[in-house]
Parts: sequence; C-alpha cells; structure tokens
Amino acid sequence: MIWRALLARLGISLVTLWVVSVLIFIGTNLLPGDVAQIILGQMATPENTAVLREKLGLDKHPVEQYLVWLSNVMMGDLGISKAGLGAGLGTPIVEMLGPRIDNTAMLTVLVGAIAIPISVALGLLAAMHPGTRLDRTITFSTLNIISIPDFLIATILVLVFAVSLGWLPSIVYLRGDESGWVLMKTIAMPLMTLVILSSSQIIRMTRATVLNVMSSPYVEMAILKGVPRRRIILRHALFNAIGPIVNVIALNLAWLVGGVVVVEQIFSYPGLAKLMIEAVQMRDMPLVQACAMIFCAVYVVLIFIADMATILSNPRLRHPK
Amino acid sequence: MSEQTNNTDQSFSFDELPDAPPKRKIKLSWPGKIGIAIVLFWSVIVVIGPTIAPYHEADILDEDLFIVPGSDEMYPDTEFQPPSKIVYLGSDYIGRDLLSRILYGARTTIGISVLATLLAYLIGVTAGIAASVGSRYLDMGLSRVNDALLSIPSIMFALVLIAALNSPGIFWLILITGFIYAASVFRIARSLGQEVMVSDFVEAAKVRGEGLWWIITREILPNIAMPLATDFGLRFVWVILFISSLSFLGLGVQPPMSDWGSMVKENLPGLVLGSYAPLMPAFAIASLTISVNMIVDDLSAATGGKLAKRMIS
Amino acid sequence: MSALLEVDNLQISARNDDDELTPIVKGVSFNVQPGEVVALIGESGSGKTTIALSSLGYTKPGLEFVGGEVRLHGEDVISMQNDRLRGLRGQRVAYLAQSAAATFNPALTIGEQVTESTVLHGLMSQEEANRRAEDLYRALELPDPDRLGKRYPHQVSGGQLQRLMAATALCGKPDLLVLDEPTTALDVTTQIEVLKSFKSVITQEGASAIYVTHDLSVVAQIADHIVVLYAGEIQEYGTADQVVTQPSHEYTRRLMYAVRPPPAAGQGEETSDEHQRKAPALEVKNLLAGYGRTQNGAPEITVLRDVNVAIERGHSVGVIGESGCGKSTLARVMAGLLPAAQGEVLLDGAALQPALQQRSRNELQKIQFVFQMADTALNPRQRIDKILGRPVEFYHGLKGEEKRRRVGELLQMVELPQEFAGRYPEELSGGQKQRINLARALAASPEVLLCDEVISALDSIVGANVIELLKRLRKQTGVSFVFISHDLSTVASFADQIVVLYAGRVVEQGPTNAVLSPPYHPYTRLLISSVPELRVGWLEETMETQEAQAGIDRVVTLTDKGCPFFDRCPRAVKGTCDEETPPVRKVTGSHSIECHLSEAEFAQ
Repeated sequence: MIWRALLARLGISLVTLWVVSVLIFIGTNLLPGDVAQIILGQMATPENTAVLREKLGLDKHPVEQYLVWLSNVMMGDLGISKAGLGAGLGTPIVEMLGPRIDNTAMLTVLVGAIAIPISVALGLLAAMHPGTRLDRTITFSTLNIISIPDFLIATILVLVFAVSLGWLPSIVYLRGDESGWVLMKTIAMPLMTLVILSSSQIIRMTRATVLNVMSSPYVEMAILKGVPRRRIILRHALFNAIGPIVNVIALNLAWLVGGVVVVEQIFSYPGLAKLMIEAVQMRDMPLVQACAMIFCAVYVVLIFIADMATILSNPRLRHPK
Repeated sequence: MSEQTNNTDQSFSFDELPDAPPKRKIKLSWPGKIGIAIVLFWSVIVVIGPTIAPYHEADILDEDLFIVPGSDEMYPDTEFQPPSKIVYLGSDYIGRDLLSRILYGARTTIGISVLATLLAYLIGVTAGIAASVGSRYLDMGLSRVNDALLSIPSIMFALVLIAALNSPGIFWLILITGFIYAASVFRIARSLGQEVMVSDFVEAAKVRGEGLWWIITREILPNIAMPLATDFGLRFVWVILFISSLSFLGLGVQPPMSDWGSMVKENLPGLVLGSYAPLMPAFAIASLTISVNMIVDDLSAATGGKLAKRMIS
Repeated sequence: MSALLEVDNLQISARNDDDELTPIVKGVSFNVQPGEVVALIGESGSGKTTIALSSLGYTKPGLEFVGGEVRLHGEDVISMQNDRLRGLRGQRVAYLAQSAAATFNPALTIGEQVTESTVLHGLMSQEEANRRAEDLYRALELPDPDRLGKRYPHQVSGGQLQRLMAATALCGKPDLLVLDEPTTALDVTTQIEVLKSFKSVITQEGASAIYVTHDLSVVAQIADHIVVLYAGEIQEYGTADQVVTQPSHEYTRRLMYAVRPPPAAGQGEETSDEHQRKAPALEVKNLLAGYGRTQNGAPEITVLRDVNVAIERGHSVGVIGESGCGKSTLARVMAGLLPAAQGEVLLDGAALQPALQQRSRNELQKIQFVFQMADTALNPRQRIDKILGRPVEFYHGLKGEEKRRRVGELLQMVELPQEFAGRYPEELSGGQKQRINLARALAASPEVLLCDEVISALDSIVGANVIELLKRLRKQTGVSFVFISHDLSTVASFADQIVVLYAGRVVEQGPTNAVLSPPYHPYTRLLISSVPELRVGWLEETMETQEAQAGIDRVVTLTDKGCPFFDRCPRAVKGTCDEETPPVRKVTGSHSIECHLSEAEFAQ
C-alpha cells in the first residue's frame, strides 16, 4: 500500500520532469528569429549561418530537435555554449557547469545544515509558548523578513559587516583551494543572507504546523490524561507534525532557488545561478536550457521528498488494516 | 446575538440557546493600522508622484546646484551625494535626484505589480472556477498543466522566457509575471471553489434547477470573495518582490525608467563609498510589502486563520 | 460518608476578544458520592461539558474559572498548580471524550495510549499496565485482546474505539470517571452494547462517574442522580428515579415530552385519502444506484439494490436504517442528484430522467429536498428574503410586492417572525435555520418533500418542535413526505409508512402499524429493541435478548449475493441466507418482508 503510493508519486515526479523539459524547450525556442543569426551577430554571413544551423540541428523539425536534445541531455551531453562559438569552437556546457555546480551545492548544503536545526528549534519554541512575548517577537520579525526583498537583507549585511565593521568581504572571490576558516569567511555573507531568508519561512511554518497539531483533540486528551507538557510536545505533537515539517523544509529548500539567484548575483558568487544570469544576458540559449533543467530537476526532487515525507508519516499508509 | 428576540416557539419559556458565535469583526492591530496608512500613502504617490517630484526621473543634476556658496570648489561631485536641501534623499550613481526617482518609480513598480497581480487573478480565478464547476476531465487537465507549471521555480521560468524574448519591455514583463503567478492563484481559487461547490447550498441550487451562471455568480463567488481578497494581498507582495528581484538582476524594467528594484542594483556600488542610495528604494519596497502583510495578517486573523492553514498545506 | 466530589457554587466565564467576560456556568453546586453515577443533562449551550471538565481542573481555551470550588476528597482542584493537576488527571479523575476517533492519536499504538497515563504516573510498570489493559479489553468485550494493544486507532471500528477510551480511563483505577456523551456518535444498535459494557465495568470497578449527555433515556439506564441544566444553571437535581418518573421542574417536563415514546404499533399518523389519485406521487422501481464510474449499468460501489418504494399522495414514508445503509442515497436518487444506474423514478406515474439536469423545471419544482444540516444548506452570503424569494421567483415567476408577500407567508408557515426576512443565516439559531431550510423547500409548492435527517442535528426539544411543525404542514398542504432518519422513534411518530433499509436493500416495508408489530424482519426487530426506553432497568432486560447480540459491533457490509444481514442475524441459515437472494414475502396488504424465513417461522 505504502509502496504503491510512493511509486505513484515517483511516477508523477518523472512525468512532471518530462513536462518541464518540454516547457523549457518550448520556452527557449519560442523566440522569433534565427538562433544561429543571433549567435553569430555581426559576424553572420549566409554561409556560416547555414553551417551553424546545421551544426545546431536547427534545420530539423522542432519535435526532432527536442528529441535529439532530450536524448543528449539524458546521456549527459548538455550541448555547446555560445561562448567561443563565434570563433568556430564552442565550450562544452558540461565543462562549464562542473565547478559552478560544486559551488552552489556547497552553499546550499551549508545553508540547510545551519538553517534547518535553528529554525525548527525556534519554530517549536514559539509554538510551545503561543501568545507570549517570545512568540510574538519571533512571528513578528519572521513576517517582516519574508516581506522584504532578499537583496535588502544582503545589502544591510554588506553595510554592517563589510562597510561599517570591515570584517567580511562584500564580494566573494573563490579561488577553489580555500578551506576551513578562510573558506567560511569568504562565503560568510551569502551564507548568512540565505540562512536568514530560508529560516524565516521554516520557523513560521513549523510553528503553524505544531500549533495546528497542538489544538487537536488528542493533544487535549493527553493534557487531560495528565501527560507532562514535554512529552505531549515531543511524543504526541511532534510525532504527528514531523511529516508536515519535513514537507515544509523540503519546499523551502526548493524556494531557496529564487534566493540563490539574487544572492549569487549580489555577492558575485561563482555559482550555477550566476552562470545562468550571465547566460540570459548573453542570450546563450543552450546554457540557459542546461541551467534551467538542473534547477528544475533539483526542485522536482525536493518536492518529491516533501510529498514522500507526507506519505511516510501517514499512519494509515504505514500500518494498513 | 443577545438582543435577539426568540419568539419562535410560543409559550416556550426556555429559548433555544444561540449556537452561532457572534460575528467576528475585523479588528486592526497597531501594525495593521500603520500598514493601512503606508499603503494609502503610496497609493497617493502613485497618482501624484511625478507632479510633486522636484526633478524629472531622468534629470542628471547640474554641478552648479551642488556648489556650496562661498566655497571655491567649482566642479563638485554630483554622484552619491548625501541628503541635503538640494537633494532631500541624496543623489544616485550618475547624479540624479533619488527622491524624484523614488516618486516616479512608485508608479512603475506598484503599477506593474498591480497589473500583473490582476492579470494573474483574471487567469487564475477564471480557470480555477472553471475547474471546480466543470467536468472531471476539464479539472484533471487544468490541474495537471498547473502542477507542471508550479514545479518550475518562478524565477527560472521568468529567466528562460526573458532570455527567449531578449529583454522584453514592460508589457511582456507584466504578461510573464501574471502568467507565472496565475498558477498559484488557480490552485487556491480551485480549492476554494471546490469547497463551496460541494456545500449543501450549492446542491440545493442545483436541485432547484439553477443554471451554471447563477451558481457561479450568486453562490460561489460571494463565498470565496473574502478569502480571495486576502490572498490577493499576499500574492501582490510576492509579485512586487518578484518584479523587484528581476529588475535587481537587470532583467526587469530597463533604464532610463526608474523602478525601485533596478535603483537598488544601479546604486549598489555606492554602498562601499558610504552612500545609502541603494537602501532608500529597498526601504520603499519593504515599507509597502511589510504594510500589506500586516494588513493581511489582521484580515486572516479575523477569518479564523483559515487562509494561513491553507497556505501551509 | 463524605462526598467524593463536591462542586460548590461553580462559576465559569468565557473571555472574548475585547476582554469581556460572559458567564457560561452560573453558580452550580452538586455532589458525587463514592460509587455513584451522576448525570449532567442539558442541551447544547447548557454548560454541561464545561462543568464536567472542571472536575479535572480544566477549562477549554477561552474559558476561565471565576468563582466557586470543585473539591475532590475535600481538596479544591481549581486552585491546584500544574504539577499537582497532572497527578490528578488520569490518575484520580479520568476523562472519556465524545468522539474517540478524534481523541486517539493516529500515530501511536492503542496500547501505548491506553497505558500511557498509568505508567507515567508511576502507578504500574509497563508490563503490569499492559496486563491490566488486556484484562480491561476482555471486560469490555473487545475482540482479540492479546494483540489489540499493538494496533493503531484507524485499524479498529468506532464502537471499539469508544470502549478503548473507557479502557484508557479505567487503566489507572481512578476514583472518578468523567464520561462526555460517550455514545452520542454511535448507531443505536452499537450504543446499547457500549452502554452495557460501561455500566458493568463501572459497577465492577466500583468507580464513581459523571455522565454528560443530552439524552434522557440513556441517562435513565446508567445514573443514580440526575442534574438537569439549562443555560449554565441547575433546573432540577434529584435521584434518577424521581427525575424520570416525577419531574418537578417545567424544563425537565419539556425534555421528557421531547423524548418520543418507544416505537410501537398505533403511533403512526392516520392519513385521509382525500388527495388520492391513481398513480403514487413518487415511485422508484427496481432501483440500482451507487458511486464511482458506471460500467454495464453497474456502479463501482453499489449502495442501493432492488429498491421498490411508492409514496402515495399525501402520505409520509419514513426511511430507516443504520448509517451506511443507503438512506441518504435513496433521497439523492429521487431528487436526481445521483442518477440511478438502473431502474426508474416515476413522478405521478411518468418516468423521470435520472439526472436532474435533464428534468424539466416543472418536474424539479414538484420534488423538493430538505438538507440535513441547515448550517451548510443556507448560503451564508444571502439574506433570508433572498433565500426564500429565489424559488418563489424561479418556479412561480413572482416578483416585487407579490414575492415579498409570499416570503412573508412562508415565514408564517414555519412560525418565524416577519423581520427575519432581513437577516443572514448566521444570525439565527439552529432550529430557526432548519425552519428556513423547510420554508425554502415549501416555497416551490412541491408535491413531494424529501427530508434527510432534518432533526438529527437539533437538540431534542427543538427537534420535537420541528416534528410538530412538519405534522401540521402535512395536514395543511397535503404534501407527501419522504422522511429519512436513523431514529426509529422519530420515524414512528411521524410516518404512516415505513421502509426499513439494510445495506442498500429494503428488508421490510409497509404501514407503520404493520412494520412495528409482528411478524418482524430480524433487522427491524433489532432496531426496535435497540431504542432506549425512558425507564430504569431497560438496559439489563434488553441485553438478555438474542436480538441485542446481533447489534454487537458489526459494520454494515454490502454484499453481492445472499442476504446482507446474514452475518448479524441470530436466525440466519447457513447455505441459504448467505448464498441466495431472499424472497419478498407479502404479509398483509402492502406490508412485505424480504427474508428466507417462512411465515410460520416468523410467528415463533
């Protein structure tokens, strides 16, 4: 029963991923005009345009183009970037992506490792003392943080830690061989920004989820059975809230994508999102496609994890009749 | 309820006890009241901003203006000037008046966001209601497409489309944003619509033989208007933040138009020079978005936090 | 002998958003002696649950203690500190909630929840508590007591959960049990069995109890003393026998009056045949209906099978059965809300389209549906004049002044004042809303009114008044009624024909007098014997009968072949009843029983 639910969910994820790939392909090929001409720009002559068209497979039917692109992507060939194409040789996108993916992954994993424990703890704390000054402070400040633009948080942090105090660099310059303290100091600013951004959402939702469970009849019953508060929260409430909380965390990490784009740009962090912005500005469509596919895939995986948490935490599915 | 006269049952001295709680009134908290004031303030600025602005948004101020009387400095810097009587909020990276640009920018930023949110609602609510009253297949089709749209992060979606359309104008920006946010509006409108659709009073209207139009306009819409209005506020905040982020990335509103998001971006280098120029427009955005959220918070408290629950699931 | 619990001038108030206090309990005093069961009886809003919870030193969120004392063994529990309260709750005073399904934590095993309080309080080790729990499962006649503790709440039935709640409460051998409407959510047939096991366990354990309920006949079975409450004040306080047999207070008498006598022959309304025409007003023939996709004329889940019912003009037909029997489905098929897979619905002898979309406005007008929950059946965004005015305009084309006058007439018909026209539904009480709900159906001037459990959500006095109104309207208008209810006494007092449904089949139907007197279908017999009588000692007598055994915690199962009642029937014949579809036996006139038993066997 539970396996069927999980398999069904996995199937939906795969279908979604496929639909997303179609949408991205349509999106990037939507533009009117000739890609080859745009790529070559001023260097376009009828001859080299035709050559490039053939090289890019643009003379084929769109469906065929899509299938070729999809099979290439599945085999790990993400195509050739516009960078250097004008000179006749393009850079394989896979080569460009490698270090960028590493950087972005490092950043987001660190954000998760810091933000998740802190925000779940704060969310629980607020939910355990609803209506108190502590709770009101937490809810009020998190509401404010999710209401303001991500770049404002980054700007304020720069102002405080880089400009006023001079402790941290306002621009990330990663050579790739940093480690330990030096590395932490280098990436501290984007890290802090993203931690603040993501924890606000997780705190609010953890609090709401736990409060929701705390107002359920079985928690009232536990109170009337004389069960101590600690046990009510840890055994009765958290046990039922854990599924929704994991769900919330996974969704929030997915929402981080948006924050990552802005944060990498503002701190010149050499990650995948910054690469994508550059690609968009240069209209390097194969590169845009590749980056978008990676982000969407991660997003779909995280949403899948979120749904799995919901399924796995359902006692009706775990213990069928 | 207390003043209710219950003369239902004649000669009945023990009235039926009222079972409905008295209607909850919307009570505004202090943050909510301040929020309303700020939102009203910006609404006025949208209308009269350019009229009361001391300079035009694109005016690069003359050096003469900055000459301090009695000083022998004939060619003073005009960029990143601190607030003064000439420029109340200081000047920007090429010497334009920040205040004027914020006043002009209010119209661009808020205008685009309102239009995009309205568009999102037009598409989302129409499709959402259609899905909730229509056949099972229509609902399934619309929902599947919507799920796929929702599984692309909105900023990715926008980046792909903007790249494809090659730095489009404001018209396309509104269209893209409206379309992207329509997906989440669809979801909420559909679930609200479905909830009302299965209620007994809609069933009663169906048994009476009422047509679809009556059911939508008289039974469903009045009952989902209030939660949708609250949701509109939240959605509007997200759209402002989204459009500002795009502008901040240099992919939204293009110069020389002033818009709060791009103003932050273009003045960012001033930060290390000790200028607060990038903070001013960022605070303008924050003041508006925080205010709307405070109002929404009060409204959803009045409706029993139902909406808040919906936002979690 | 000193009282176990003394409630002394207890006052509890509700605090609203503006910090104003509204009194909910206004100075209530009573005692519970050791080994005694005291019942708190009252309708919704009487404060009975609030009072009961105060014995655990607890108030629902938003309520607070304002004055008075609740003393357990002479010690005030209201002023107790948190850690002392924890020692009190579950150990000395235990609580049983109304809905066991909601009060069991879905994520934890039953065993853990039953023994939790006892083990936490250090009364027993986990092993001892487990053994005690198993003993209690046996005492409460729960199936499979050895392994029950390892199961999860969703794996057992509602009636079992209700008894497991009792096991939870009794596990720590408390001095006082607080039972809050523990049988209200159950079907009648399950109710008596749960009641019986509560009663015997309370006697065995020698516990005292506070029993909260709105149902006087349930109270008569279990209580020693009765406290009658209205709006937070005690109206009458005395021994069960005295309150039931010689109520001294006006309010108690009203409550008594609202309890309908147990179903028996001779109660049904007599109907004159003045409205008679040839064809019945509404008739269903060979109906097969259900939910899910229909393939080859058979739905995925079949709810109704071989249903033949005729509603004669001006008559009222009561449809009775336990939850899950298909009562509401039958009404929905008649109304066209659920198109039948097979069979037909005839109005005035003419076949109707199965789905309401294909029926004409004229046909729709003649069949009106009254929904169960007035709360949800009235659009909260429309005022009463609009709710009542729409069908008047829609079917009869009345506008302006004419429409307004008609709305006024309708309000008068359901005994509501004219100024209600300007109100929204939420400004009305439950009974008033149900009257509006009725008036809206009457606004169409229908020939058949389908009433789906119209009084089951109402308090007993209010419900009794609505029944009186229905009786009057039937005489006045000559409308035919289909009256659906799970409560046999209500149906018996209102209908002149009764249809007994079980698992989607009509097991017996006929005139009220015939159905309520022998010969009975075994299921009808079970239903009749399950209705509590308002007298002390009824429960014990009933539990002796073999019919009562059939009620023991069985769920209604839909079967494709044989008689669906087979697994509960005390007289079932294996090989016949579970294999062959029972024949319809004509008893007398229009009275028929669907059973394999012969007439001679019925007579036994």
